[in-house]
Amino acid sequence: MLGFLLNRLWQSAVLLVIVSIIGFVVLNLIPGGPLSQFALDPGMTQADIDRIAAQMGLDRPIVVQYFDWAWKLLQGDWGHSFRDGAPVLDVIWRHLFATLLLMGSSTVIAIALGTWIGIRGATHRYSTFDYVATVGAMVALSIPTFWFGLVGIYVFALKLGWVPAGNMYTIGDQSVLNYLHHLILPSFVLALVNIAIWSRYMRSATLDVINQDFVNTARAKGVTERRVLMKHVVGNALLPMITLAGMQLPSILSGALVTETVFTWPGMGRLFLDSLGYSDYPVVMGLLMFSAILVLAGNLIADIVVAVVDPRIRLG
Amino acid sequence: MSLVPSDINTNAVQTPALSVRNLTVSLPDGMERKFAVEDISFDLMAGQILCIIGESGSGKSVTANAIMGLLPRVIRISHGAITLDGVDLVSTAQTTLRGMRGRVVSMIFQDPLSALNPLMTVGAQVTEVMMAHDIGTPNSRRDRAIELLNEVGLPDPKLMYHQYPFRLSGGQRQRVMIAMALALEPKILIADEPTTALDVTTQAQILQLIRDIQRRKGMSVMFITHDFGVVAEIADSVVVMEKGHIVEQGSADAVLNAPTHPYTKRLIAAVPQLTGKDRDLTQPDESAPILKVRSLVKTYASGSKLLGKRREVRAVQDVSFELARGRTLGVVGESGSGKSSLGRLLVKLMESDAGQILFEGNDIAGLPEKAFRSFRSQIQMIFQDPFASLNPRSTIGHILTVGPVAHGMNPARARDEARALLKHVGLDERAYDRYPHEFSGGQRQRVGIARALMFKPRLLVADEAVSALDVSIQAQILKLLDQIQRETGVSMIFITHDLRVASQICDEIAVMQYGRIVESGPPSQIFLNPQSDYTRELVAAIPGKRADIHNMMPTH
Repeated sequence: MLGFLLNRLWQSAVLLVIVSIIGFVVLNLIPGGPLSQFALDPGMTQADIDRIAAQMGLDRPIVVQYFDWAWKLLQGDWGHSFRDGAPVLDVIWRHLFATLLLMGSSTVIAIALGTWIGIRGATHRYSTFDYVATVGAMVALSIPTFWFGLVGIYVFALKLGWVPAGNMYTIGDQSVLNYLHHLILPSFVLALVNIAIWSRYMRSATLDVINQDFVNTARAKGVTERRVLMKHVVGNALLPMITLAGMQLPSILSGALVTETVFTWPGMGRLFLDSLGYSDYPVVMGLLMFSAILVLAGNLIADIVVAVVDPRIRLG
Repeated sequence: MSLVPSDINTNAVQTPALSVRNLTVSLPDGMERKFAVEDISFDLMAGQILCIIGESGSGKSVTANAIMGLLPRVIRISHGAITLDGVDLVSTAQTTLRGMRGRVVSMIFQDPLSALNPLMTVGAQVTEVMMAHDIGTPNSRRDRAIELLNEVGLPDPKLMYHQYPFRLSGGQRQRVMIAMALALEPKILIADEPTTALDVTTQAQILQLIRDIQRRKGMSVMFITHDFGVVAEIADSVVVMEKGHIVEQGSADAVLNAPTHPYTKRLIAAVPQLTGKDRDLTQPDESAPILKVRSLVKTYASGSKLLGKRREVRAVQDVSFELARGRTLGVVGESGSGKSSLGRLLVKLMESDAGQILFEGNDIAGLPEKAFRSFRSQIQMIFQDPFASLNPRSTIGHILTVGPVAHGMNPARARDEARALLKHVGLDERAYDRYPHEFSGGQRQRVGIARALMFKPRLLVADEAVSALDVSIQAQILKLLDQIQRETGVSMIFITHDLRVASQICDEIAVMQYGRIVESGPPSQIFLNPQSDYTRELVAAIPGKRADIHNMMPTH
């Protein structure tokens, strides 16, 4: 187990380095760059711009810039935002809460609803419920998230007035209830695609298990149908889902990018778009590394959980 | 068709523990048959073992599941009665049935590898039976479970209680299943092919265990099997089923010794007979052997080299043998003996670690794939599973011709030869344009044989080629292989776990255990005068040998 962990950590480190190199190179290939905003300023001469570039260290070769950035990162210095000079880690930190709140609630919704729909679809295969769930999943997967967001705002915020149209809280009212009220619509919209994916996988995982001999053994023992389902079927069907959950974690982050924009949610997705617009390289790189770590951590945690839950891996 | 069961019950003391009357179970529309079983009646006498025997599709498992109330929702009992303790199970509510399952009637299944929940310990699964029926306290259940594990002959029951199923061998898992089934001392035990997936020596032990327990507890056992050897070993009475009907029933003695129905006669005749006779092939071939294997070694390694903790399995250890031209060498052994690994090494589906494989004098063991390609067509393989070994999206014609054409045969000629071969292996020429799913298991295996023969191979390696087939089909395929060898002079390596099958088709037999050949010789030596302890043990474990049903049978 320890060997497995060390091995995975080592692989993750290598992957992070590769991701950072690709990110850094691609970012610097984009025409424009952080200094282009000064080019249109009539008060700026080329000499001024060169001076600023030298100050920011942007005149050095890209390889030098990369190693400088990476070396500092290893020491815990993620750099400073070009926009306001604030440390990158602080900037990310400020937006992290909002994103985690949205991601967390939408994940809970997606897993709870997706699991239920999947199991019910499998136990009542080819029923009306199953057909509706199948078609619903197809629709949810084929229509982009922002469209659902806009329709949701139009119907539930503008027409019905049940929920606010955007933002995380009403200014002046930061009660838990107010947060929850703002959270409902974006987290459901964000969860929609994942409910669809999750329910489809859960359905097929359940179908794989439901016809296995040990399920029949449990029935032959006189175990109640409810316990057969919960203990023997669902327990085994959830095993492959853990890995899926680990892989879905980062996709929620990318979904949040769109959702946060539609709902003016002050999270990391918004920060990423804004920073790209300003060519705020340190923040963009910081976010890139952050999400890369999240992806790797998600997979690693999933593997560990599987190993803990499945005795064949834990003891084998 | 069904006989009146009271005919067989001459002993007035016996009372039925379970009676099935005019049971008809219907299948959903669009299936091959309208009924899974139709109008069957039989009695399971108290304290007896009743064997239900039939080939695949005979409806024997459906009968068992109907009694347990475990039929899939789409399959319904449309008529008849199943009476247990004066209660008709067919008209009983599901909740009452649930209360009886595991308590009054227990069941054990065919495949012990998948019949236990992989995420629960052995102890938790055994105690679950008692828990489901609200019997005992957590402590008393645990004590009872350990007692049961001890009773079914599992080593170190206290440790076994905390083990997960994956740590146990197939035989041990089947013992756990039996422990579970016995937990509440049911009146009736239904065993659905409980030894089919087990090795022959393990099978003998499990049969013995079921026999012992049945006698000790006075249980009634309904034992479903396809193997007349097993019937001869344990049955008190027998029900023979064919395509959903009971064609014959009676005492084991009567059915085995004086079968009246032609189907029973055919089935018994098809049971591979253990012959101690050697095969008579004319003109002993004095030329050099076609295949010489010298000190072949294959080791599987798992785990990481970097972090230590390497596990090694020596699948094939220092194996040497020779195969004469036009002869058949049987490689027999139990699971894990390395016989299949050996087969894969010979056709180079897998590389050996050391040793020589001299095919026609050329050492092919170390040959790179490119250089070996010209030999590929000369060494062909027939696989075990006729369902998995044919690509479901290819026509039979394509399956047969794609290989030879890749090796440079003219497509038109390949087509003609394929049609001729299909006819030769006993299929219709029109099979050429059809897909594998349109054929039965036996027919598919014929396709598999035709596919191998397309190359005009000089060596055929058949890996458990008849193991997945019903006995009557098995006999036909064995006959076909024998005929092909006599016609074409092809040499054959026949890998099997079934000694009875090996005794029928092989000139020489090599017995493998733990990756080594422990004994080799002609069938007369292996079966009548075995030299090694292991061979003796294997031969002794063959079911039905003691009763020797063929000697008891009238000549036919």
